[in-house]
Amino acid sequence: MRWVKRHLLPAYAFLAFCYLLLPIAVVILFSFNAPSGRYNYVWEGFTLDNWIHWDAPSGIQSAVVKSLEIGVVSTVCATVLGTLLALAIVRHRFRGRGATNMLIFLPMSTPEIVLGASLLTLFLNRQIVTGFGTIFIAHVMFIVSYVVVTVKARLIDFDRHLEEAAMDLGANEWVTFRKVTLPLLAPAILSAALLGFALSIDDFVITYFVSGPTQTFPLFVWGAARVAVPPQVNVVASAIFMVAVLVMIGNVLWGLRARRARESMPAAVPIPEALPRPEPI
Amino acid sequence: MSFLHRHKGLTPYLLLLPGILWLALFFVAPLGFLGYQSLQSGTFDTGYTFDWAFSNYWNAISDYHEQFVRSFVYAGIATILALLVSYPLVYWIAFRAGRWKNVFLILIVAPLFVTYLVRTLAWLNILADEGPVVGFLRDIHVLGPDGRLLATSVAVVAGITYNFLPFMALPVYVSLEQIDARLLEAAEDLYASKRQAFLHVTLPLSAPGIVAGTLLTFIPAAGDFINAQLLGTPRQYMVGNVIQSKFLDVLDYPSAAALSFILMALILVGLLAYARAVGTERLTG
Repeated sequence: MRWVKRHLLPAYAFLAFCYLLLPIAVVILFSFNAPSGRYNYVWEGFTLDNWIHWDAPSGIQSAVVKSLEIGVVSTVCATVLGTLLALAIVRHRFRGRGATNMLIFLPMSTPEIVLGASLLTLFLNRQIVTGFGTIFIAHVMFIVSYVVVTVKARLIDFDRHLEEAAMDLGANEWVTFRKVTLPLLAPAILSAALLGFALSIDDFVITYFVSGPTQTFPLFVWGAARVAVPPQVNVVASAIFMVAVLVMIGNVLWGLRARRARESMPAAVPIPEALPRPEPI
Repeated sequence: MSFLHRHKGLTPYLLLLPGILWLALFFVAPLGFLGYQSLQSGTFDTGYTFDWAFSNYWNAISDYHEQFVRSFVYAGIATILALLVSYPLVYWIAFRAGRWKNVFLILIVAPLFVTYLVRTLAWLNILADEGPVVGFLRDIHVLGPDGRLLATSVAVVAGITYNFLPFMALPVYVSLEQIDARLLEAAEDLYASKRQAFLHVTLPLSAPGIVAGTLLTFIPAAGDFINAQLLGTPRQYMVGNVIQSKFLDVLDYPSAAALSFILMALILVGLLAYARAVGTERLTG
């Protein structure tokens, strides 16, 4: 009985992980399948052809390229906007702060279908032609909030002593920001950008509403799902998955290294508050 | 720069300006247009005119209340299932996994790295009529000899649960991880049994995570139409499917807009009720 009790939770965790990872295994496995007909539902034999000729289905290559392009430009734009918003909210007291927080929180708590539908209504009413530009607009809009949340979390436990030290040593606000604040924020900004990129290339619902004739990878999959999904879709999805996992592992290792470096540093970092400050000259 | 020095109070507004402008133009204004569209009448061919057509709302509710109810029931069940499945798992990671925590966390979010549509399609392979899962369930007579999982509400709810589970697991993990181990030791010192310590210390302290996870799971689940479309049939359609087809296939914009507004209003009302119950600070962070 004790034995069962002690092993119940680990056994459960194992089963839960199987459940979480099974579909991923299926996606990767079926990227190596050699279906005889059009349907890639039943395992029929191993082949590398799908990986070698990943761009064989017409339209898949341009869809993947479009997804990457939109991902990059909208992530860059949203990261800049979001970082500025986070700086304003954490560093400054101003009128309308509560309303600003609400405005940033609301897009995350609105169902994607409503975001997509309302943007489409705007574009239809203002006679804006949907395509690459409107997808870009939509992606920046929904990524910004996630960037703010990620950067804000880091800014809140930011050690302001370091900035004060820089100012005491004669740096002006801009130099302090560029040489102290920004480098210290860089990991958070990078995580925010990675998250934003992942959200962008995975987005289907909003993109579906505002895409016009432009096709991204998720839209290609949707179109294919109406007829038959070629195994190359699994190839692209597996490749995206592997890159994402590698980036994630790199991020974790980087974090571990940084922590070890901090821990091995001599305990000279904290500056007592009472220390007399040099008079500004 | 000297301009900024003279007008220090302006700095926050300059930082805010581009982001707020973007959100105002492409989040707030579109909602206004959606409201405007929802009160128009006419047809796609003759064009729509604004005439306070509140009938769109009544029609939307009377024609599609079934889909609304289904959306909220499916999303509710999926949220509860996601909590039940993920809580023991992240509990194990937070308290028992030791130095491998980060690896297990990567495994939890791993499904999110597979394109949403593709991982939903993978369930087509797994739950296929000739597949092993259906075969096993038929053998143990849970399913009849012709019973299937695809095209049933079970498949749709399972798909939604799977797709949004990481959004439940992560916040719950974060709140469990932050629990001070000394509190649990104190409970033990005061003769609490393991069960009591869990019920009176661990569970209440993980409540913020459960609250956040519930929102992050329920809201996207209630608006989802992909799982019903790919794993179900029109008999499992949720309100998202109706909005999608009215907007993009039927081109009946006013009633699609009315449906979207009702969906958002219902979610906001639920959100406010929830916020009153648990406190606003926890929601907006």
